[in-house]
Amino acid sequence: MIENTTATYPWEQELFNVLKKNNIKQIPYLPDAGHSKIIEMIHDDHSITPVVLTTEEEGVAAVCGAWLGGDRSVLLMQSSGVGNCINMLSLVSNCNFPFVTIITMRGEFGEFNSWQVPMSSAVQGTLELMGVQVHRVEKTEEVAPTVDAALYSAYSSNQRIAILLSQKLIGRKEW
Amino acid sequence: MVNMSKNALNRRSVVNEILTNDRDLLVISGLGSSSYDVHASGDSDTYFYLWGAMGGAAMMGLGLALAQPDRDVVVITGDGEQLMGLGSIATIGVLKPKNLSIVVLDNGHFGETGMQVSHTGLGVNLAEIAKATGFEKVTEIKTGDEVSDISLQVKERNGPFFALVKIASESPGRSLPILDGVELKNRFRKALGHATL
Repeated sequence: MIENTTATYPWEQELFNVLKKNNIKQIPYLPDAGHSKIIEMIHDDHSITPVVLTTEEEGVAAVCGAWLGGDRSVLLMQSSGVGNCINMLSLVSNCNFPFVTIITMRGEFGEFNSWQVPMSSAVQGTLELMGVQVHRVEKTEEVAPTVDAALYSAYSSNQRIAILLSQKLIGRKEW
Repeated sequence: MVNMSKNALNRRSVVNEILTNDRDLLVISGLGSSSYDVHASGDSDTYFYLWGAMGGAAMMGLGLALAQPDRDVVVITGDGEQLMGLGSIATIGVLKPKNLSIVVLDNGHFGETGMQVSHTGLGVNLAEIAKATGFEKVTEIKTGDEVSDISLQVKERNGPFFALVKIASESPGRSLPILDGVELKNRFRKALGHATL
């Protein structure tokens, strides 16, 4: 009945290791259940500054400001937050800032709450329309290598990449 | 009725005084007149002028301030731009970077779009909001004599510091900075000794 595949594979620890290896210094985030472990790890690590946001577009601007000052960062959010970011992504594309965001998906697999579905369905299209490449991850063992590859592309040649962690990977929310 | 004094400060003079006091500031300017004001005081490689991304100036300043803890970061923006990023005041209040100052030039209007009255012209007080979110130092500037206090607070680096500056709702001529975002980014990073890719 429970479709959570995370119990058997320590993908959060691998993801955290990848963030450290890539020298990520700031992590602006809006919480999601799927990000909860990684957010805990970040708060326990003194070399990374977690930045809790009131709305996701704040994080887009923060990532750009951090890079002006020389810091690498990654933005964490859930799928509903992508819509909040649309105009702020013009800052990323217009200035060719490196940009990586990790997005946990709701509204696509065993979703009880239909209010999550409209934005979820529009996530990939919205990001691509605003010039952000989308890599979708379905399996836990692919999370860390995909984020590692995205960080390499972003910070070696100013690319803009979103990694979508599917709801099947995260585990559906039980009500 | 818009509550604005006829003796309110001239925006160009205020910004000029802040910036000419210290040419080493790292500055983010909000879109519209604030960017023109910063440019009119004299250009610098460490001035990043926003021409869009409304609501993002303070958060760019936060990311920059966290990355450059040994430099003074000043965000200069208008009431309308800050109102669109109202939540960022709470975010900065939580993070409390000592080296970040937010200067809001408040004329109570959306100046760039035809001087429509804004929330601050209708009674909303951004300084009170900053106080409530935990900014270490908050001040309201209404006279020319008080402007020098902004530079003192920036130097003190005991922030985050929030200055609400009541300015006249006039539109001085445009002073247009570089429009090319890539150039703005690259020259800024180069000035800090970072690769420009």
